[in-house]
Amino acid sequence: MADRYRLLKVTIVGLLLAIGALVTSFPFFWMVSSSLKPPTEAVSYPPTIIPENPSFDAYVRLFTELDFGRYLFNTVVVVLIGGVGLIFMAMAGYGFAKFSFRGRGGLFLMVLMTLMIPVQVTMIPTYLILNELRLTNTLVGIAAPTLVSAFGIFLFRQFMATIPDELLEAARLDGAGEMRLFWTMVLPLSKPILAVQAVLTFIAGWNSFLWPLIIATEQDKYTLSVALSLLNQQITINPTLQMAGSALMVIPIIVIFVILQKHIVQGFTMSGLK
Amino acid sequence: MSNDGGAGGTERDSTAVVGLDQRVPEFSVVTIPTPLVPSASSRWRTSMPKARKKVVPYAFIAPAVVLLILFGIVPILVAGVVSLTDLDIRGLGNPETIQFIGLDNYDRLFNDPAFWRSIWTTAFFVGFGVPVIIVVSLGIAVALNYSNSRFFRALRSFYFLPAITAIVAIALIWGNLYNSQFGLLNHLLDMVGIAPVGWLSDPETARVSVALVAIWRATGLNIIIFLAALQSIPQEYLEAAALDGAGRWATFRRIVLPMLHFAIFFVTVTTLIGWLQFFDEPYVLTGGGPVGSTTSISLFIFKNGFGLNQFGYASAGSIVLLAIIVTVTAVQLRLRREDHG
Repeated sequence: MADRYRLLKVTIVGLLLAIGALVTSFPFFWMVSSSLKPPTEAVSYPPTIIPENPSFDAYVRLFTELDFGRYLFNTVVVVLIGGVGLIFMAMAGYGFAKFSFRGRGGLFLMVLMTLMIPVQVTMIPTYLILNELRLTNTLVGIAAPTLVSAFGIFLFRQFMATIPDELLEAARLDGAGEMRLFWTMVLPLSKPILAVQAVLTFIAGWNSFLWPLIIATEQDKYTLSVALSLLNQQITINPTLQMAGSALMVIPIIVIFVILQKHIVQGFTMSGLK
Repeated sequence: MSNDGGAGGTERDSTAVVGLDQRVPEFSVVTIPTPLVPSASSRWRTSMPKARKKVVPYAFIAPAVVLLILFGIVPILVAGVVSLTDLDIRGLGNPETIQFIGLDNYDRLFNDPAFWRSIWTTAFFVGFGVPVIIVVSLGIAVALNYSNSRFFRALRSFYFLPAITAIVAIALIWGNLYNSQFGLLNHLLDMVGIAPVGWLSDPETARVSVALVAIWRATGLNIIIFLAALQSIPQEYLEAAALDGAGRWATFRRIVLPMLHFAIFFVTVTTLIGWLQFFDEPYVLTGGGPVGSTTSISLFIFKNGFGLNQFGYASAGSIVLLAIIVTVTAVQLRLRREDHG
């Protein structure tokens, strides 16, 4: 009797959650559906849920009439530069975890303090600094401000602290140089955290908006997110193009999420439990 | 020679030096004229790797630390200095024209109705967004924790997905749904006989509409955090409560909520800071309008800085924002400490 009551409750909760999940993901369905509508159908009222005459026209126009090929390329380059930051973070995490040196505590505290600084406070000075370095309107300039995050360093440090010292000492006695030791031992041993961080770095770089918006002053350096936001500011808004552009940004992330779900959720849980 | 041994410090070092000492006479007889040379070379051999060893950790942390200083610490100092100047686009091209104007920017800021408006708007976003996000994400997390079946685990992904998709794309999709001419939401209202709503055109409604998008996006991450905290509650506690005849609600209030104390605190602080920095959604959806009703402090800073090129004035705004964030965080930390006696 109690079991049947419990089963009933689980079923009801599950049903409610399923409805909530459908509502939550409906905007994504709407995005894909609208991106396949011809322009006239997209602005017709009442709106159609499923396109009557689906076409991939909008996607083609993104790459032919608009310069989305270039924006996609720029976005990929920014993401790849983020990979360099990933290595920097791993190196710093290793340095803080496995060496004792003068100023370690103070420097690490300083690293953690940067976590509290909001981007809105740094955006104008950072623009001025990048301007001095002649890095405005460059892809390196877009990637630079977020290249390393204090939190990434923290996670690497936490993980690498668990690598046994004896292992490293043994390799040193065998005559391995410090840099070789890092590449051939420390990094492979840190694969789990590296995977989590790589996924998070990819997502952050792919989605980043504020820095490209500030640093990219000419159209040839726009990333997908900046180009998309400008699609919304044109006088004649074209919903089909907007939705196709959005799909171009969102679908790769959904695909990555489905494949690497475990790493992503794990990474975000870690960020929640610091 | 004995000095060298002393400098080594550790036992192993001194034995090494003793070893060398024994060889030195032979060397000095055959080829090397003074004993100073092998002594120098012994110093080189024992202390040079040490010097290199000292440099190694700094070399590892240098790239990341330099970048963090350059883009994290230095900007705060620059913002502080720039906020005392009249730096604009002219000053950017020709630094000689920049003038120090003391606290004039701050004076102007606190007399600027637009700035006060942005503070109240941000306060609205915080007051509306923080409780809604905590209640909604905690509620969904508790429901998701109801069963550990495959079905329930699969549902998690749906709630989580918005958290990792690009804000710009999200804002465009919602802008489409909100649209007053062909938007789906007004059509749905129309079907049940409700008059159309100016989702983004009515100043008061626009605030809520913009906040809803951010709430929809932010819950996923917090659900994951709450879920992890819920699953770390020892099962025995709940079983004990059930044996004592405690109802579900009593169990939740007396056992689950206290156990979630840290998670709730963490989510509150991060959500609060997030709303204080609220920028992307209003920037894309409304541009801060209509009539400035969705202009948050961040958007105010951005518009003055990069729209009007008033870098000095905008920097003063960003210093005030930093002060607000630091104060709010400090108050939160203090409250938590008092909570724990």
